[in-house]
Formats: sequence, structure tokens, C-alpha cells
Amino acid sequence: MKNKKSRSGIRKTNRNIIRVIYFFSFLFFGMIGYMVYFIGWGSDDLMGNAYNPRMEVFNERFVRGAIISSDGQVLARTIVSDTRKNSDGTENPEGAYTETREYPYGKTFAQAVGYSTKGKTGIESLANFYLMESNSNPVIQVVNEITETKSQGDNVITTLDSELQKIAYEALEDHNGAVIAVDPKTGEVLAMASKPSFDPNTIVEDWDSIVNDESAGAPLLNRCTQGLYAPGSTFKIVMALEYMREHPNDYQNFTFNCDGEYRDVSNSDYVVHCYSGEVHGAEDLHTAFAYSCNSAFAKIGTMVNRTKLAETAEQLLFNQELPIAIASSKSRFNVTEDSGTWTMMQTAIGQGETMMSPLHEVILASAIANRGVLAEPKLLKQVQSSDGKIIKVFEDSETRQLMTENEASVLASFMRSVVSDGTASKLRDAGYAAAGKTGSAEVSKNGETITNAWFTGFAPYDDPEIAVCVVVEEGETGGRTAVPIARKVFDYWLTEKN
Amino acid sequence: MINLYITATKYIQLLLIALYTYCNFRFLSIPDQDDANPLCDWQLRIILLVHFLMNLTVFLKTGEVSALIFYVLQLIFFILYTYFSVRLYRNINRLLLNNTVFLLAYGLITLERLDMGKAIKQFVIVIGAAAVTLVIPYIIDKVWDLKRWRYHFAAFGILMQGIVFVIGATSYGAKMSISIGGFTFQASEVVKITFVLATAGMLSQAESFRDIVITSLVAGAHMLILVMCKDLGSALIFFVAYLVVLFIATNRVFYLMLGNIGMCLAAVFSYFSFSHVRTRVFAWIDPWADIDNKGYQITQSLFAIGTGGFAGLGLYQGLPNKIPIVEKDFIISAISEEMGAVTAICITLVCLGCFMQMMVIGTYMEDSFYKYVSVGLAIEYIVQVFLTIGGAIKFIPSTGVTLPFVSYGGSSLVSAFIVFAIIQALYIIQGNEDEADERAAYDNVSGGAYDGPEYIESGYAEDGYDGAGYEDYGFDDADYDEPDHDADYDADYDDADYEDYDEPGNMRGKGASGSYRNERIRAEDLGL
Repeated sequence: MKNKKSRSGIRKTNRNIIRVIYFFSFLFFGMIGYMVYFIGWGSDDLMGNAYNPRMEVFNERFVRGAIISSDGQVLARTIVSDTRKNSDGTENPEGAYTETREYPYGKTFAQAVGYSTKGKTGIESLANFYLMESNSNPVIQVVNEITETKSQGDNVITTLDSELQKIAYEALEDHNGAVIAVDPKTGEVLAMASKPSFDPNTIVEDWDSIVNDESAGAPLLNRCTQGLYAPGSTFKIVMALEYMREHPNDYQNFTFNCDGEYRDVSNSDYVVHCYSGEVHGAEDLHTAFAYSCNSAFAKIGTMVNRTKLAETAEQLLFNQELPIAIASSKSRFNVTEDSGTWTMMQTAIGQGETMMSPLHEVILASAIANRGVLAEPKLLKQVQSSDGKIIKVFEDSETRQLMTENEASVLASFMRSVVSDGTASKLRDAGYAAAGKTGSAEVSKNGETITNAWFTGFAPYDDPEIAVCVVVEEGETGGRTAVPIARKVFDYWLTEKN
Repeated sequence: MINLYITATKYIQLLLIALYTYCNFRFLSIPDQDDANPLCDWQLRIILLVHFLMNLTVFLKTGEVSALIFYVLQLIFFILYTYFSVRLYRNINRLLLNNTVFLLAYGLITLERLDMGKAIKQFVIVIGAAAVTLVIPYIIDKVWDLKRWRYHFAAFGILMQGIVFVIGATSYGAKMSISIGGFTFQASEVVKITFVLATAGMLSQAESFRDIVITSLVAGAHMLILVMCKDLGSALIFFVAYLVVLFIATNRVFYLMLGNIGMCLAAVFSYFSFSHVRTRVFAWIDPWADIDNKGYQITQSLFAIGTGGFAGLGLYQGLPNKIPIVEKDFIISAISEEMGAVTAICITLVCLGCFMQMMVIGTYMEDSFYKYVSVGLAIEYIVQVFLTIGGAIKFIPSTGVTLPFVSYGGSSLVSAFIVFAIIQALYIIQGNEDEADERAAYDNVSGGAYDGPEYIESGYAEDGYDGAGYEDYGFDDADYDEPDHDADYDADYDDADYEDYDEPGNMRGKGASGSYRNERIRAEDLGL
């Protein structure tokens, strides 16, 4: 201190000043490092965000790129007119080239690929940033700048397979419903079909009728990810898992004698019947699952610990955002400590307040197929420039453990029996060993009771290559309506494709 | 065609700014400023070239002749300002001068693109502030003994900030500015200068622990009022500056640690006490959760920076105006979006270079008051830069402070000019003294029989310097001939070099000298 410092004091002071310089330099290099990281790696995902108004600017410089299926088919592309035109379509050399977004597959891919004219949905929204960027030959781009023509945007290769999608879409026939197929090892979404559908080529003209017509059945909704349905018997997968967790060593000893119904011991008004009054006789957990015995599972419902069941459901992604990059709905599960016996009996057979999306069902099936590990579903594979250069390869999906490997293998063997001995008999004679669970959820619609038919499963059993979930609104049973659709998907993917 | 020009200049600009930034650090590695003069001339040419290219873009895009006239006026200003600065003060620090022009040029270009009206307003203030602050070094050298006014500065600062607390206008949750006759200004921008002068003065005169306590109380009073005004960004800047000056003055790490603990407690306290602090922290942790409101500004900034990428979209090719108050707190995002993150990073590095130069000037200072002033102002400057750039890229929560010389706003601009002028003043005063010493020493040498190093020792003695001999300074030529000594300050400044550095009594006294710069020149002149 003071003016008169000792000589060593001054020396020390100056050294400390240098130290302070060091400190702030490190701080700044840290900050600059963060900035470089953010721009190089951290910002790609947020560019396509609907709140980023900058994408519109690119519209004036680039022709929107194409969306292409994994087998090389164009799912969406922009056609630029050969001649300059006025806005009313008449030829005019002073006018502008017109651009039309074309969807060659029309209704088949409508919800998955989405549209880009009335806002952006589906892959059109997800891949927006890449479609509006151009990494084509820089020389051509410069020439384009000079001649004031737009450069061609990059193309996005999706994981969807055009043939599989067509088969899935057509297999639904006149029913409303959804089919979603994923590769359980990679998480790649192979097909995502939803009915009723709309034609994205004419979305602008059809908009009012689509939005206002209630009888149209909400075609804009992607039923695979946004549709919520009572899971019916497919929920027995969760119940079986919960029972195994609570009885890790003796779940094999569970026995139940099915006489077609289960009546609660304390309140005989609480009755659950097996589907169409079937009588299954003496069962253990394995056979009760294979036959989809409501009575046995209603009993399990009264036996499990409610809090632990809720925990298991949370682990299995109920009440959470599902890991997919496009719009999706959260599945609902609502059991607490205070839930009554009737709620538990209903919940156990998937008829309570529980609601699930087909995406969620296929997530569970693919985790079981993949030894308990979920590879999160992904839709984008690659970005290529218009001249075919690979610009970006999307990383492998994130993975997360939904259940132990042992739990997954037991559930898989149960699901295998559903096909070999139980309700999914229409898959029994297939050339591959399939596994799955059927469901026939009874819900009321406009006062009538209708059945939503489910199948969720995977194949081949030994080395799963595909997991599928099918839901058919107003169908017959899962085994009769949903399983044949799943079979068409399996058949194509496992036998016909190669 | 215009797009092609914009794209071409985009890349040329990146090249030029990278070159400029390189020169900036190259300069810091050259010990003798005379040797660095050609480098400084090149820097100036680079700035003027970039300024021309960018203004041509503005003209081509707007097609307004007024933009062309505005450009010519700016060009004239930059040339005259540099010319007069160098002409009036032979010993001015060319690096800080160049960086001032550099930052002003980028600020004005960005403002022109964002809002021509604001750019013109800004330019008028630039001219006024530049003209007035040009005389500050002269005044400080000839007229003022700033140290004597330390209590006045302290009283002024507390009073000024107190007035803001009583009658100040609130913006974004904090009371920051007072308006007099329709003219608003942000008091903390001025107070932050008087604050450093007051605390540096008091610490340089401190005799005992009691004096340190009193100084700390005065500093605490400043910060308390700032906290009461909810101007926490400024409070943080003041706090860090005081803490570092206290550390430099006492050489005691204990105070640094104490201060850091205090800062953490204050951070926790303000988080729980002020809702707008919580808002900013929430917006920092997860801006996407409330993208419509709290997170809107920061997400727009991230969109801008991310969409721009490293090379930028090119001037007029982005949408920087979508970011709320872009011209003040988020100007770096606008620059990054259209001129590229490389430009933003180079500007950050240039600011860091300014800070390094200011701190190194601090080491030159023989008078401890001047030493503390340069350190205090340097720290305030760099913390402010850190807060504004770090806030814009979501490295830290946004605090709503400006980027000196670049951001729009009169108070910020005037304050930055004064800060740089004071540092220049200190540098010039020291340089003049060194030269006087040099002449005295040289006269002695040429007047008497030259007798090697011993003679210098006696020469010092004649000047009333009773310290050890020249060798004791330990400033070997070898050290300073190393061209890359910015790469490792330690190599030059470490113990070995400062060994037995002597305190020549009242260092401001004529005839006494300790500047190593001076030593080197003398050694060469004498052919040693």
C-alpha cells in the first residue's frame, strides 16, 4: 500500500496484474470455446424451430430440397416451372418462376412427411433447416448468384421405406387407425401410416373442408404419435412386468383357475369377464398372458403394489414426452396409492383411464425385442446436397434401458407364446417366428360400444429386425383385425423385400 | 449481383478482421512501440478498407445517396481523429487508438444496417465524445492531480447513484437512468469511472488496515445503492473491479477469496430477492420452456448466431431486428448473424487485447494510484465485455449491459471514450517522463566520459536516484528481444526479471524511472 512500496512489493504487484490477465484470458477462451461449440455442434437442432423466423429468408435464395425415402423414392420435392409466369399463371417473361411442392405418394405419407405450405408439420418441419440450406457445388452457387437464380437446397434421406409404408397404409383398408414399424436395434422408423389421410398436394385448396368437417375424422392428426387409445390387453405387458418385479423368484408359481370371470372377494359387484366369455381353466402367468385372460390379470391388478406400479409406468415413459422429434402426445397413466379395487381391475386389463399412443406401444415392443434397451425412434438418416454429396449423417439413436435384460427376455418369451399358442394365431404359420400381444379395447363412441383392435410385437423372435404396432379403430378383436395387418408388414420386411 | 458482392465481401471481411486481430496480438508482443508503428498503420488501413466495403454494401442495398455521404463523414472523422490523436500526443498508445476506431467502425456499420437513424444519432455523439475526450490526457497531465479529489469522487458517485435511486426511471426491472430536460443518461456509466478514481486514490494513500476498511465501506456503499436500484449488472462490474484493485494494492489473496465468497452469497441473495434476476436465470437455464416470454430474447439471439454460423449470412441477409433491443445488449448477436461468428470472436479477442494492453500499462505505472486506476478501469471494461457477449450466447445469464464503443447508447459511448482517454493519459504521462529521463541519461552519457554500466548508476545518483545499479533492474535485453513475448508473459515478467526492481521514491518525481520500456531504449542507445 501507499506510494512507497517496497521493491519486492512492486514486483509482486506487477506479477499479480499478470495473473489477473491470465485469469480473464482463460475466462474468455472458455467463452469463445463455448461459442465455437454452440455454432459447430449445438445449434443444428434449433434452427428449424418454428420460432426461428430466419428460415423464411432462405426461401428467397434456395429451392426447398427433396425428402427421400430410405429406398431412394422421392416423398416430397419442389418443382420449379420452366418459364416465368405471372401470379395468375399466365406466361410472362418478366414474371417469376413458380414453385410447387409435389408429394408423389399423396395420402400414403401425408402425416409422416407432413406439409410445408400451411405451416410445417412432420418431416417437413423436422428437416426444415436442412432442406433450406444448400451445399451444392460452390461454383454453381456463385453462378446462380450472378444470374439471380435460386440454388437447389439439400435433400434429406429419411428412415421410412416407401414399399413398407405403402403396404402398411393399404393394409388398413377402409378402417381408421395407425401402423408404425421401427427397427428395434437402430430406432429407425420404417413406416408410419395413419388413416384417415389427406392429400398434401392439395392441402391449400382442401384446408377448410379438412379442418371443418367433423365426419372426416381428423385426417391431419398423425395417429401413430398423437392418437391416444385405451391399450386394452396390450397393457398386460406392463402388468406382467410389474408382477415379475414384485415376485422376482416365484412369479412362475402364479396360478389361477379361470372360469370365465373374476369376482372381487370383498365386493361381488366388481366383475371382470374374459373376452366373449371364454373359459381358460388352470393357468400360470405365462399361459394367462398367452390367452390374454382378463380374469387372471384382473386378479393380478388387485395384488400389485399401486405405488410400485406407478413407478414402473413412469419408467416405461407413461406421462412423459416420448423420445421422438415430431409432434407426439404423452401417454396417460393414473394409478395412485388411493386407487380403488375396481380401478385396479380395469387398469390391469387396459380398460381404465390409461391411454397410449401406437408410438408408445412400439417403443415398448422394440425395447423388449432389444434386450430391454430402447433405441430412441428416429426419422432422419442423412442430408445430401443436390449433387449427391453426403453433408451430414445423423448419429445413432440415443439408447436407454427401460427394463433389465432378463425381464425383457421373459416378456419376449410370453409374447412368443401369444403367437405360438395364444390369441395371435394368424401369425402362427408365418415363415418366421413372430412375438407380440393382441388387444381388443372396448370403448364407447357416440353411446355405442366399439372395439379398437391392437397388435404390438416384433419378429423374428431370435434376432428381431422389426417391431410393429397396429391399431384399428372399430375393428373386431386384435387377433382378427390387427394381427393380419401386422403380418403383411412382417411378411414384406422379412421375406418379400430381399 | 448485389448478393454476389455481399457474399464476396463477407469472406474478404472475415479475412481482414482475422488479420487485424492477429496484428492486435502481434503488437502486444513488440516491446518498443516505435517498432510497432508500421503494424498500427496497417491495422488502420484494414479498418478503413472493411469500413469502405461494408458501407458500399449499405449503399448498394439502400440505394440512398445519404448513406454515401454518411460514409464519407465517418471516413473523415476516423482519419482526423487518428491524425489529431497521434499529432497531439506523440506517445499515445496506438493499439488502444486503433481498437477504438475498429470497434466504432463495426458498431456504426451494424447500426446503419439495423436502423440508419440510430446510426446517425450515435455518430453525432461519437464526434462530441471524441473531441471532448481528446483533451483529457492534457488536462490530467497539466492540471489535475486526480488523487487529491478522491473523496470528492466518492461523494459524487454515491450522490449520483443515490439520485438515480430516488428519481430514476425503471427499465427492464432496474432503475438505471435519469432524465434531465428530455435528455436521459445512465448514471452508472459515469459513476463507474469516479468509483475507480475514488477507490484507487484511497487505496494508494492507505496506511493501515483501517484505511482499507474505510475504502471498502465506500465501495460497499456504491454497490448497495446499485443493488437497491436493482442494477445488478453494474453492481457486479463494480464489485469485481474493486476486488481486483484491492488484491493488486495489498497483494493478498485472502481478500480475493473473501470477496469471492461474498459474491457467491450476494448471487444467492439476489436470486431469491429479485424476481427479474430469477427471470434471467430461468431464461438462461432453459429458454425453450417459455419461449414466448422470458426466453424470447435469448432464443432469438441464439437463432441469429446459430443461423449465421461461422461465416455469417452476409449484410442484409439475416433478420437481426427480430431480437428485442438488439442494438444495445445483443449487438454482438446481430454482428454474428450477418458478419459471422468469426467476426464476433475476433471482436471479442480485440476487446481482450484492449484489456491486456490496459493491464500492461498498469504494470508500467510507477505511481501506485495510476497503477490501480488502470487496473480498475481495465477490469470494469473486460467484465462488461464478458457480461454482454457471454449473455448473448447464453454462456452466462443475460445482465443487460452494453458492449463499449459498439452498442448503441450515448452514456455507454461517452463512458467508454473517457475510460480509454484516462488510460491513454496515464500511458502518455509515463511515456513523456520516460523520455525526459532518457534525455537526461543520454545527456549525462554524452557529456561525461562514458564508463560502462557503472556510469549509469552514478547518473541515476545524480538525478536523485539512490537505488541499486542498472543491472539490478534485471531487464535483460534478451528478454525483450523475444518477438513472441505475448505468448508467455511469465517469461518476461517473472521473478527473475523483476529481481531487485527498486522503488525510486516518489515515482512521479522527475528524474526517477523504472519503466522497463525506458530501460530497453536506453540500453540500445548506449550500445550496451
